[in-house]
Amino acid sequence: MDKLIYLDNAATTKTAPEVVDAMLPYFTERYGNPSSVYGFAAANKEVITKQRDIIADALGAKGSEIYFTAGGSESDNWALKATAEAYENKGKHIITSKIEHHAILHTCEYLEKKGYEVTYLNVNENGVVDLEELKAAIRPDTILISVMFANNEIGTIQPVKEIGEIAHEHGILFHTDAVQAFGQIPISVDECHIDMLSASGHKLNGPKGIGFLYIRTGVKIRSFVHGGAQERKRRAGTENVPGIVGIGTATARAIRTMEERTAKEAELRDYLIGRIENEIEYCRLNGDRKKRLPNNVNFSFRFVEGESLLIMLDMKGICASSGSACTSGSLDPSHVLLAIGLPHEIAHGSLRMTLNEEVTKEDLDYVVDNLKAIVDNLRNMSPLYEDFVKKQNK
Amino acid sequence: MYSEKVMDHFQNPRNVGEIENASGVGTVGNAKCGDIMRIYLDIDDNQIIRDVKFKTFGCGAAVATSSMATELVKGKNIQEAMQITNKAVMEALDGLPPVKVHCSLLAEEAIHAALWDYAEKHHIKIEGLEKPKSDIHEGEEEEEEEY
Repeated sequence: MDKLIYLDNAATTKTAPEVVDAMLPYFTERYGNPSSVYGFAAANKEVITKQRDIIADALGAKGSEIYFTAGGSESDNWALKATAEAYENKGKHIITSKIEHHAILHTCEYLEKKGYEVTYLNVNENGVVDLEELKAAIRPDTILISVMFANNEIGTIQPVKEIGEIAHEHGILFHTDAVQAFGQIPISVDECHIDMLSASGHKLNGPKGIGFLYIRTGVKIRSFVHGGAQERKRRAGTENVPGIVGIGTATARAIRTMEERTAKEAELRDYLIGRIENEIEYCRLNGDRKKRLPNNVNFSFRFVEGESLLIMLDMKGICASSGSACTSGSLDPSHVLLAIGLPHEIAHGSLRMTLNEEVTKEDLDYVVDNLKAIVDNLRNMSPLYEDFVKKQNK
Repeated sequence: MYSEKVMDHFQNPRNVGEIENASGVGTVGNAKCGDIMRIYLDIDDNQIIRDVKFKTFGCGAAVATSSMATELVKGKNIQEAMQITNKAVMEALDGLPPVKVHCSLLAEEAIHAALWDYAEKHHIKIEGLEKPKSDIHEGEEEEEEEY
Protein backbone atom coordinates (compact mmCIF):
# COMPACT_ATOMS: atom_id res chain seq x y z
CA MET A 1 0.00 0.00 0.00
CA ASP A 2 1.71 3.13 -1.24
CA LYS A 3 -1.13 5.50 -0.56
CA LEU A 4 -1.24 7.08 2.87
CA ILE A 5 -3.94 9.56 3.73
CA TYR A 6 -3.34 10.79 7.23
CA LEU A 7 -6.60 11.96 8.83
CA ASP A 8 -5.58 11.75 12.47
CA ASN A 9 -4.11 15.18 13.06
CA ALA A 10 -5.88 15.53 16.40
CA ALA A 11 -3.76 12.60 17.60
CA THR A 12 -0.52 14.09 16.38
CA THR A 13 0.86 16.01 13.42
CA LYS A 14 3.86 15.77 11.17
CA THR A 15 6.71 17.93 12.43
CA ALA A 16 7.10 20.68 9.83
CA PRO A 17 10.47 20.69 7.98
CA GLU A 18 11.15 24.29 9.04
CA VAL A 19 10.61 23.22 12.65
CA VAL A 20 13.05 20.31 12.33
CA ASP A 21 15.60 22.59 10.64
CA ALA A 22 15.34 25.09 13.47
CA MET A 23 15.75 22.38 16.10
CA LEU A 24 18.70 20.44 14.67
CA PRO A 25 21.56 22.79 15.64
CA TYR A 26 20.43 22.57 19.27
CA PHE A 27 21.26 18.88 19.35
CA THR A 28 24.67 18.94 17.74
CA GLU A 29 26.20 22.41 17.93
CA ARG A 30 24.38 24.57 20.45
CA TYR A 31 23.83 21.76 22.92
CA GLY A 32 24.97 23.73 25.96
CA ASN A 33 22.97 23.86 29.18
CA PRO A 34 21.31 27.31 29.31
CA SER A 35 22.21 27.59 33.00
CA SER A 36 25.96 27.41 32.29
CA VAL A 37 28.15 30.50 32.44
CA TYR A 38 30.25 30.19 29.26
CA GLY A 39 29.00 32.05 26.26
CA PHE A 40 27.99 29.31 23.84
CA ALA A 41 25.69 27.72 26.41
CA ALA A 42 24.40 30.90 28.04
CA ALA A 43 23.28 32.13 24.62
CA ASN A 44 20.61 29.46 24.76
CA LYS A 45 18.91 31.40 27.53
CA GLU A 46 18.22 34.17 25.03
CA VAL A 47 16.96 31.61 22.56
CA ILE A 48 14.46 30.29 25.11
CA THR A 49 13.29 33.79 25.97
CA LYS A 50 12.68 34.42 22.30
CA GLN A 51 10.46 31.33 22.01
CA ARG A 52 8.58 32.35 25.14
CA ASP A 53 7.87 35.73 23.56
CA ILE A 54 6.64 34.16 20.31
CA ILE A 55 4.15 32.03 22.25
CA ALA A 56 3.14 34.90 24.53
CA ASP A 57 2.46 37.09 21.46
CA ALA A 58 0.19 34.40 20.05
CA LEU A 59 -1.94 34.57 23.21
CA GLY A 60 -1.71 38.27 23.97
CA ALA A 61 0.28 37.39 27.09
CA LYS A 62 3.70 38.29 28.51
CA GLY A 63 6.76 36.12 27.98
CA SER A 64 7.17 35.73 31.73
CA GLU A 65 3.77 34.01 31.88
CA ILE A 66 4.77 31.09 29.65
CA TYR A 67 6.21 28.01 31.38
CA PHE A 68 7.55 25.14 29.30
CA THR A 69 6.50 21.62 30.26
CA ALA A 70 6.80 18.14 28.76
CA GLY A 71 3.40 18.43 27.09
CA GLY A 72 -0.33 18.95 27.45
CA SER A 73 -0.90 16.29 30.09
CA GLU A 74 1.78 17.73 32.38
CA SER A 75 0.36 21.22 31.93
CA ASP A 76 -3.14 20.01 32.83
CA ASN A 77 -1.88 18.10 35.85
CA TRP A 78 0.13 21.06 37.05
CA ALA A 79 -2.70 23.57 36.64
CA LEU A 80 -5.20 21.46 38.56
CA LYS A 81 -3.09 19.94 41.30
CA ALA A 82 -1.11 23.08 42.06
CA THR A 83 -4.23 25.27 42.11
CA ALA A 84 -5.93 22.80 44.43
CA GLU A 85 -2.97 22.93 46.77
CA ALA A 86 -2.40 26.67 46.63
CA TYR A 87 -6.02 27.68 47.13
CA GLU A 88 -7.24 24.97 49.52
CA ASN A 89 -7.69 27.56 52.26
CA LYS A 90 -10.26 29.31 50.09
CA GLY A 91 -12.07 26.09 49.25
CA LYS A 92 -11.87 22.63 47.82
CA HIS A 93 -14.40 22.74 45.00
CA ILE A 94 -13.54 22.53 41.30
CA ILE A 95 -15.85 22.76 38.28
CA THR A 96 -15.05 21.05 35.01
CA SER A 97 -16.99 19.37 32.18
CA LYS A 98 -17.83 15.78 31.36
CA ILE A 99 -16.05 15.91 28.02
CA GLU A 100 -12.59 16.95 29.13
CA HIS A 101 -9.48 15.05 28.10
CA HIS A 102 -8.44 12.29 30.51
CA ALA A 103 -5.50 14.46 31.60
CA ILE A 104 -8.14 16.65 33.28
CA LEU A 105 -10.71 14.03 34.26
CA HIS A 106 -8.29 11.59 35.83
CA THR A 107 -6.53 14.42 37.66
CA CYS A 108 -9.94 15.48 39.01
CA GLU A 109 -10.62 11.91 40.16
CA TYR A 110 -7.25 11.93 41.89
CA LEU A 111 -8.13 15.21 43.63
CA GLU A 112 -11.48 13.78 44.69
CA LYS A 113 -9.60 11.00 46.46
CA LYS A 114 -7.60 13.74 48.21
CA GLY A 115 -10.77 15.31 49.58
CA TYR A 116 -11.65 17.82 46.86
CA GLU A 117 -15.13 18.05 45.37
CA VAL A 118 -15.56 18.22 41.63
CA THR A 119 -18.65 19.18 39.65
CA TYR A 120 -18.70 17.72 36.15
CA LEU A 121 -20.86 19.92 33.93
CA ASN A 122 -23.15 18.30 31.37
CA VAL A 123 -22.99 19.23 27.72
CA ASN A 124 -25.80 19.45 25.19
CA GLU A 125 -26.19 17.12 22.22
CA ASN A 126 -23.53 19.10 20.34
CA GLY A 127 -21.07 18.99 23.20
CA VAL A 128 -21.49 22.59 24.42
CA VAL A 129 -21.39 23.47 28.13
CA ASP A 130 -24.50 25.22 29.48
CA LEU A 131 -23.58 28.59 31.01
CA GLU A 132 -26.60 28.60 33.33
CA GLU A 133 -25.60 25.22 34.70
CA LEU A 134 -22.09 26.59 35.22
CA LYS A 135 -23.41 29.60 37.15
CA ALA A 136 -25.59 27.35 39.28
CA ALA A 137 -22.64 25.10 40.08
CA ILE A 138 -20.55 27.93 41.54
CA ARG A 139 -20.23 27.82 45.34
CA PRO A 140 -18.41 30.03 47.85
CA ASP A 141 -15.68 27.38 48.06
CA THR A 142 -15.17 27.04 44.29
CA ILE A 143 -11.53 27.71 43.50
CA LEU A 144 -11.21 26.71 39.87
CA ILE A 145 -13.18 26.30 36.67
CA SER A 146 -11.44 24.17 34.04
CA VAL A 147 -13.19 23.82 30.70
CA MET A 148 -11.43 22.86 27.49
CA PHE A 149 -11.20 25.34 24.62
CA ALA A 150 -12.14 22.79 21.97
CA ASN A 151 -12.86 19.09 22.22
CA ASN A 152 -10.38 16.59 20.84
CA GLU A 153 -12.97 14.06 19.67
CA ILE A 154 -15.93 15.99 18.32
CA GLY A 155 -14.21 19.33 17.71
CA THR A 156 -16.80 21.44 19.54
CA ILE A 157 -15.52 24.88 20.57
CA GLN A 158 -16.75 26.00 23.99
CA PRO A 159 -18.04 29.51 24.80
CA VAL A 160 -14.71 30.19 26.48
CA LYS A 161 -15.11 33.95 26.62
CA GLU A 162 -18.44 33.68 28.43
CA ILE A 163 -17.06 31.04 30.80
CA GLY A 164 -14.07 33.28 31.51
CA GLU A 165 -16.35 36.23 32.25
CA ILE A 166 -18.41 34.17 34.69
CA ALA A 167 -15.27 32.93 36.44
CA HIS A 168 -13.86 36.47 36.56
CA GLU A 169 -17.08 37.95 38.01
CA HIS A 170 -17.01 35.39 40.79
CA GLY A 171 -13.30 35.72 41.47
CA ILE A 172 -12.65 32.11 40.49
CA LEU A 173 -9.56 31.02 38.55
CA PHE A 174 -10.18 29.81 35.00
CA HIS A 175 -8.03 27.19 33.33
CA THR A 176 -8.55 25.94 29.78
CA ASP A 177 -7.04 22.94 28.06
CA ALA A 178 -6.31 24.44 24.64
CA VAL A 179 -4.28 21.52 23.32
CA GLN A 180 -6.55 21.16 20.27
CA ALA A 181 -7.33 24.85 19.84
CA PHE A 182 -3.93 26.52 20.12
CA GLY A 183 -2.67 27.25 16.60
CA GLN A 184 -6.07 26.41 15.10
CA ILE A 185 -8.17 29.33 16.31
CA PRO A 186 -7.15 32.77 17.57
CA ILE A 187 -6.93 32.94 21.36
CA SER A 188 -6.65 36.02 23.56
CA VAL A 189 -6.13 35.23 27.23
CA ASP A 190 -7.22 38.70 28.27
CA GLU A 191 -10.38 38.79 26.21
CA CYS A 192 -11.39 35.36 27.51
CA HIS A 193 -10.25 36.01 31.10
CA ILE A 194 -8.08 32.91 31.01
CA ASP A 195 -5.81 32.50 34.03
CA MET A 196 -4.13 29.30 32.92
CA LEU A 197 -3.90 27.61 29.54
CA SER A 198 -2.39 24.27 28.49
CA ALA A 199 -0.99 23.54 25.06
CA SER A 200 1.20 20.97 23.37
CA GLY A 201 3.81 21.19 20.62
CA HIS A 202 3.02 18.12 18.55
CA LYS A 203 -0.55 19.13 17.78
CA LEU A 204 0.64 22.09 15.71
CA ASN A 205 3.41 20.54 13.61
CA GLY A 206 5.91 20.87 16.43
CA PRO A 207 7.78 18.09 18.23
CA LYS A 208 6.42 15.69 20.85
CA GLY A 209 7.49 15.95 24.49
CA ILE A 210 7.14 19.71 24.75
CA GLY A 211 4.25 21.87 25.81
CA PHE A 212 3.58 24.87 27.97
CA LEU A 213 1.35 26.21 30.67
CA TYR A 214 0.39 29.86 30.54
CA ILE A 215 0.04 31.19 34.07
CA ARG A 216 -1.31 34.72 34.45
CA THR A 217 0.81 36.99 36.63
CA GLY A 218 -0.61 36.91 40.12
CA VAL A 219 -1.82 33.32 40.08
CA LYS A 220 0.10 31.89 42.96
CA ILE A 221 0.54 28.25 42.01
CA ARG A 222 3.82 26.63 42.97
CA SER A 223 6.25 24.33 41.28
CA PHE A 224 5.10 20.93 40.18
CA VAL A 225 8.60 19.59 39.56
CA HIS A 226 11.09 20.44 42.30
CA GLY A 227 14.79 20.91 41.64
CA GLY A 228 16.74 23.64 39.92
CA ALA A 229 15.68 27.22 39.35
CA GLN A 230 14.55 26.84 35.74
CA GLU A 231 11.28 28.39 34.54
CA ARG A 232 11.38 31.04 37.25
CA LYS A 233 11.67 28.31 39.90
CA ARG A 234 8.31 26.91 38.88
CA ARG A 235 9.36 23.93 36.80
CA ALA A 236 12.74 22.39 37.51
CA GLY A 237 14.81 20.43 35.02
CA THR A 238 17.34 21.39 32.37
CA GLU A 239 15.40 23.05 29.58
CA ASN A 240 14.53 20.94 26.55
CA VAL A 241 16.16 23.49 24.27
CA PRO A 242 15.54 21.70 20.94
CA GLY A 243 11.94 21.09 21.99
CA ILE A 244 11.45 24.68 23.06
CA VAL A 245 12.90 25.93 19.76
CA GLY A 246 10.56 23.43 18.08
CA ILE A 247 7.38 24.62 19.78
CA GLY A 248 8.40 28.26 19.31
CA THR A 249 9.03 27.79 15.59
CA ALA A 250 5.84 25.75 15.23
CA THR A 251 3.83 28.45 16.98
CA ALA A 252 5.24 31.19 14.75
CA ARG A 253 4.42 29.05 11.73
CA ALA A 254 0.90 28.22 12.97
CA ILE A 255 0.09 31.88 13.61
CA ARG A 256 1.57 32.97 10.26
CA THR A 257 -0.42 30.38 8.29
CA MET A 258 -3.56 30.25 10.44
CA GLU A 259 -5.97 32.28 8.36
CA GLU A 260 -5.26 30.67 5.02
CA ARG A 261 -4.70 27.18 6.39
CA THR A 262 -7.82 26.96 8.52
CA ALA A 263 -10.00 28.46 5.79
CA LYS A 264 -8.82 25.73 3.44
CA GLU A 265 -9.30 23.04 6.08
CA ALA A 266 -12.79 24.24 6.98
CA GLU A 267 -13.81 24.15 3.33
CA LEU A 268 -12.54 20.58 2.96
CA ARG A 269 -14.10 19.64 6.29
CA ASP A 270 -17.51 20.81 5.07
CA TYR A 271 -17.02 19.04 1.77
CA LEU A 272 -16.27 15.78 3.58
CA ILE A 273 -19.23 16.21 5.93
CA GLY A 274 -21.52 16.96 3.00
CA ARG A 275 -20.49 13.94 0.96
CA ILE A 276 -20.84 11.56 3.89
CA GLU A 277 -24.25 12.93 4.89
CA ASN A 278 -25.50 12.71 1.31
CA GLU A 279 -24.10 9.33 0.46
CA ILE A 280 -24.11 7.16 3.57
CA GLU A 281 -27.39 6.29 5.26
CA TYR A 282 -27.97 6.16 9.01
CA CYS A 283 -25.09 8.38 10.02
CA ARG A 284 -24.88 11.22 12.50
CA LEU A 285 -22.46 14.13 12.60
CA ASN A 286 -21.13 14.41 16.13
CA GLY A 287 -20.24 17.83 17.50
CA ASP A 288 -21.46 21.30 16.75
CA ARG A 289 -21.88 22.11 13.06
CA LYS A 290 -20.72 25.73 13.38
CA LYS A 291 -18.72 26.06 16.59
CA ARG A 292 -16.29 23.45 15.39
CA LEU A 293 -12.54 23.09 14.92
CA PRO A 294 -11.70 23.75 11.26
CA ASN A 295 -10.17 20.31 10.77
CA ASN A 296 -12.52 18.03 12.70
CA VAL A 297 -15.03 15.57 11.25
CA ASN A 298 -16.70 13.03 13.53
CA PHE A 299 -19.48 10.68 12.47
CA SER A 300 -21.32 7.76 13.96
CA PHE A 301 -22.43 5.04 11.58
CA ARG A 302 -25.24 2.92 12.95
CA PHE A 303 -24.90 -0.89 13.02
CA VAL A 304 -21.14 -0.68 12.53
CA GLU A 305 -18.34 -1.02 15.07
CA GLY A 306 -15.51 1.52 15.00
CA GLU A 307 -12.46 -0.68 15.26
CA SER A 308 -13.57 -2.79 12.30
CA LEU A 309 -14.03 0.40 10.37
CA LEU A 310 -10.52 1.62 11.29
CA ILE A 311 -8.82 -1.60 10.25
CA MET A 312 -10.67 -1.67 6.93
CA LEU A 313 -9.71 1.97 6.30
CA ASP A 314 -6.11 1.21 7.24
CA MET A 315 -6.09 -1.49 4.51
CA LYS A 316 -6.85 1.31 2.08
CA GLY A 317 -4.10 3.51 3.47
CA ILE A 318 -6.44 5.78 5.42
CA CYS A 319 -5.51 6.70 9.00
CA ALA A 320 -8.36 7.74 11.30
CA SER A 321 -9.54 7.10 14.85
CA SER A 322 -12.64 6.01 16.72
CA GLY A 323 -14.31 6.39 20.11
CA SER A 324 -15.13 2.70 20.10
CA ALA A 325 -14.36 0.76 23.27
CA CYS A 326 -12.36 -1.73 21.25
CA THR A 327 -9.78 0.88 20.45
CA SER A 328 -9.21 1.73 24.09
CA GLY A 329 -9.06 -1.71 25.66
CA SER A 330 -12.03 -1.03 27.94
CA LEU A 331 -15.64 -2.07 27.44
CA ASP A 332 -17.03 1.44 27.40
CA PRO A 333 -17.02 3.70 24.38
CA SER A 334 -15.77 7.27 24.56
CA HIS A 335 -17.00 9.34 27.53
CA VAL A 336 -17.42 12.28 25.16
CA LEU A 337 -19.83 10.45 22.88
CA LEU A 338 -21.81 9.15 25.86
CA ALA A 339 -21.92 12.68 27.33
CA ILE A 340 -23.54 14.07 24.17
CA GLY A 341 -26.23 11.44 24.64
CA LEU A 342 -25.33 8.77 22.12
CA PRO A 343 -26.51 5.27 22.99
CA HIS A 344 -23.64 2.82 23.49
CA GLU A 345 -24.09 0.95 20.22
CA ILE A 346 -24.00 4.18 18.22
CA ALA A 347 -21.03 5.50 20.15
CA HIS A 348 -19.19 2.28 19.27
CA GLY A 349 -19.61 3.11 15.60
CA SER A 350 -17.87 6.47 15.61
CA LEU A 351 -15.18 7.65 13.25
CA ARG A 352 -13.02 10.75 13.71
CA MET A 353 -11.14 12.22 10.78
CA THR A 354 -8.97 15.26 11.45
CA LEU A 355 -7.51 17.03 8.44
CA ASN A 356 -4.35 18.95 7.78
CA GLU A 357 -3.34 21.47 5.14
CA GLU A 358 -1.87 18.80 2.87
CA VAL A 359 -5.12 16.89 2.40
CA THR A 360 -6.74 17.43 -0.99
CA LYS A 361 -10.27 17.13 -2.29
CA GLU A 362 -9.15 14.11 -4.32
CA ASP A 363 -7.92 12.46 -1.13
CA LEU A 364 -11.29 12.99 0.49
CA ASP A 365 -13.10 11.60 -2.57
CA TYR A 366 -10.97 8.47 -2.26
CA VAL A 367 -11.81 8.32 1.47
CA VAL A 368 -15.56 8.65 0.98
CA ASP A 369 -15.65 6.14 -1.89
CA ASN A 370 -13.89 3.58 0.27
CA LEU A 371 -15.82 4.46 3.40
CA LYS A 372 -19.12 3.86 1.60
CA ALA A 373 -18.05 0.39 0.52
CA ILE A 374 -16.63 -0.48 3.94
CA VAL A 375 -19.72 0.66 5.85
CA ASP A 376 -21.89 -1.31 3.42
CA ASN A 377 -19.76 -4.38 3.84
CA LEU A 378 -19.78 -4.19 7.64
CA ARG A 379 -23.52 -3.57 7.73
CA ASN A 380 -24.12 -6.66 5.62
CA MET A 381 -22.21 -8.54 8.29
CA SER A 382 -24.05 -6.90 11.20
CA PRO A 383 -26.86 -8.67 13.09
CA LEU A 384 -28.06 -5.23 14.25
CA TYR A 385 -28.54 -4.16 10.65
CA GLU A 386 -30.26 -7.45 9.82
CA ASP A 387 -32.74 -6.91 12.66
CA PHE A 388 -33.25 -3.29 11.62
CA VAL A 389 -33.98 -4.20 7.99
CA LYS A 390 -36.40 -6.96 9.03
CA LYS A 391 -38.22 -4.51 11.28
CA GLN A 392 -38.45 -1.97 8.44
CA ASN A 393 -39.90 -4.57 6.08
CA LYS A 394 -42.59 -5.68 8.50
CA MET B 1 -1.62 -6.11 17.00
CA TYR B 2 -3.44 -8.99 15.27
CA SER B 3 -1.93 -12.19 13.85
CA GLU B 4 -1.96 -12.78 10.10
CA LYS B 5 -4.68 -15.37 10.53
CA VAL B 6 -6.90 -12.96 12.45
CA MET B 7 -6.39 -10.35 9.74
CA ASP B 8 -7.18 -12.90 7.03
CA HIS B 9 -10.41 -14.00 8.72
CA PHE B 10 -11.36 -10.39 9.37
CA GLN B 11 -10.78 -9.26 5.81
CA ASN B 12 -12.17 -12.39 4.18
CA PRO B 13 -14.63 -13.75 6.70
CA ARG B 14 -15.92 -17.25 5.93
CA ASN B 15 -19.61 -18.15 6.12
CA VAL B 16 -21.07 -14.67 6.51
CA GLY B 17 -24.82 -14.57 6.06
CA GLU B 18 -28.10 -16.06 7.19
CA ILE B 19 -29.77 -19.46 6.86
CA GLU B 20 -33.49 -19.38 6.27
CA ASN B 21 -35.40 -21.77 8.51
CA ALA B 22 -32.20 -22.64 10.33
CA SER B 23 -32.20 -25.62 12.70
CA GLY B 24 -30.81 -23.38 15.41
CA VAL B 25 -29.99 -19.69 15.81
CA GLY B 26 -28.04 -18.17 18.68
CA THR B 27 -27.34 -14.49 19.40
CA VAL B 28 -25.01 -13.47 22.20
CA GLY B 29 -23.24 -10.36 23.48
CA ASN B 30 -24.70 -6.91 23.71
CA ALA B 31 -24.41 -3.68 21.84
CA LYS B 32 -23.45 -1.83 24.98
CA CYS B 33 -20.10 -3.59 25.03
CA GLY B 34 -19.75 -3.36 21.29
CA ASP B 35 -19.99 -7.05 20.37
CA ILE B 36 -22.97 -9.01 19.10
CA MET B 37 -22.58 -12.37 17.44
CA ARG B 38 -25.30 -14.44 15.76
CA ILE B 39 -24.77 -17.97 14.49
CA TYR B 40 -27.14 -19.96 12.28
CA LEU B 41 -26.85 -23.76 12.14
CA ASP B 42 -28.30 -26.17 9.59
CA ILE B 43 -28.28 -29.59 11.26
CA ASP B 44 -29.41 -32.76 9.47
CA ASP B 45 -31.24 -35.80 10.85
CA ASN B 46 -27.94 -37.43 11.82
CA GLN B 47 -27.14 -34.39 13.94
CA ILE B 48 -24.37 -33.31 11.58
CA ILE B 49 -23.87 -29.57 11.09
CA ARG B 50 -24.31 -29.29 7.32
CA ASP B 51 -24.06 -25.54 7.09
CA VAL B 52 -23.30 -22.61 9.32
CA LYS B 53 -23.50 -18.86 8.83
CA PHE B 54 -22.81 -15.90 11.05
CA LYS B 55 -23.36 -12.19 11.45
CA THR B 56 -21.29 -10.13 13.84
CA PHE B 57 -21.28 -6.54 15.03
CA GLY B 58 -17.92 -6.00 16.64
CA CYS B 59 -14.22 -5.39 16.35
CA GLY B 60 -11.76 -7.19 14.08
CA ALA B 61 -11.21 -9.94 16.64
CA ALA B 62 -14.95 -10.52 17.04
CA VAL B 63 -15.40 -10.94 13.28
CA ALA B 64 -12.34 -13.19 12.97
CA THR B 65 -13.36 -15.46 15.87
CA SER B 66 -16.88 -15.78 14.42
CA SER B 67 -15.44 -16.72 11.06
CA MET B 68 -13.03 -19.26 12.56
CA ALA B 69 -15.69 -20.75 14.84
CA THR B 70 -17.96 -21.40 11.85
CA GLU B 71 -15.09 -23.10 10.02
CA LEU B 72 -14.43 -25.30 13.03
CA VAL B 73 -18.02 -26.49 13.50
CA LYS B 74 -18.88 -27.05 9.87
CA GLY B 75 -19.31 -30.77 9.10
CA LYS B 76 -19.03 -31.77 12.75
CA ASN B 77 -21.73 -33.56 14.71
CA ILE B 78 -23.25 -31.73 17.61
CA GLN B 79 -21.19 -33.55 20.23
CA GLU B 80 -18.00 -32.59 18.42
CA ALA B 81 -19.25 -29.02 18.10
CA MET B 82 -19.74 -28.93 21.86
CA GLN B 83 -16.04 -29.63 22.28
CA ILE B 84 -15.00 -26.49 20.42
CA THR B 85 -13.88 -24.08 23.10
CA ASN B 86 -12.79 -20.48 22.97
CA LYS B 87 -9.26 -21.78 23.46
CA ALA B 88 -9.52 -23.87 20.29
CA VAL B 89 -10.80 -20.86 18.35
CA MET B 90 -7.96 -18.71 19.68
CA GLU B 91 -5.34 -21.32 18.87
CA ALA B 92 -6.69 -21.73 15.37
CA LEU B 93 -6.23 -17.98 14.93
CA ASP B 94 -2.65 -18.04 16.27
CA GLY B 95 -3.72 -16.16 19.37
CA LEU B 96 -5.46 -12.89 20.24
CA PRO B 97 -4.26 -9.81 22.13
CA PRO B 98 -5.18 -10.10 25.85
CA VAL B 99 -7.89 -7.41 25.68
CA LYS B 100 -9.61 -9.37 22.92
CA VAL B 101 -9.86 -12.75 24.64
CA HIS B 102 -13.49 -12.02 25.55
CA CYS B 103 -14.29 -12.04 21.81
CA SER B 104 -13.33 -15.71 21.60
CA LEU B 105 -15.61 -16.45 24.54
CA LEU B 106 -18.39 -14.87 22.56
CA ALA B 107 -17.83 -17.29 19.67
CA GLU B 108 -18.07 -20.32 21.97
CA GLU B 109 -21.20 -18.86 23.56
CA ALA B 110 -22.78 -18.19 20.18
CA ILE B 111 -22.33 -21.82 19.07
CA HIS B 112 -23.77 -23.04 22.35
CA ALA B 113 -26.71 -20.66 22.08
CA ALA B 114 -27.47 -21.90 18.55
CA LEU B 115 -27.22 -25.52 19.71
CA TRP B 116 -29.53 -24.73 22.63
CA ASP B 117 -32.06 -23.30 20.23
CA TYR B 118 -31.79 -26.45 18.08
CA ALA B 119 -32.20 -28.71 21.12
CA GLU B 120 -35.27 -26.81 22.30
CA LYS B 121 -36.90 -26.89 18.88
CA HIS B 122 -36.31 -30.63 18.60
CA HIS B 123 -37.04 -31.44 22.22
CA ILE B 124 -33.72 -33.11 22.78
CA LYS B 125 -31.08 -32.72 25.41
CA ILE B 126 -27.44 -32.16 24.49
CA GLU B 127 -25.07 -33.43 27.10
CA GLY B 128 -23.04 -30.72 28.77
CA LEU B 129 -25.02 -27.88 27.20
CA GLU B 130 -26.32 -25.21 29.52
CA LYS B 131 -28.88 -22.53 28.85
CA PRO B 132 -26.98 -19.62 27.33
CA LYS B 133 -26.70 -16.41 29.23
CA SER B 134 -28.39 -13.62 27.36
CA ASP B 135 -25.44 -11.38 27.97
CA ILE B 136 -21.96 -12.75 28.36
CA HIS B 137 -20.79 -9.65 30.15
CA GLU B 138 -23.46 -9.88 32.81
CA GLY B 139 -22.05 -9.33 36.25
CA GLU B 140 -18.62 -8.75 34.83
CA GLU B 141 -17.18 -5.52 36.13
CA GLU B 142 -13.90 -4.30 34.80
CA GLU B 143 -12.19 -1.66 36.84
CA GLU B 144 -8.95 -0.34 35.55
CA GLU B 145 -6.34 0.12 38.17
CA GLU B 146 -4.80 3.56 38.23
CA TYR B 147 -2.49 5.83 40.15
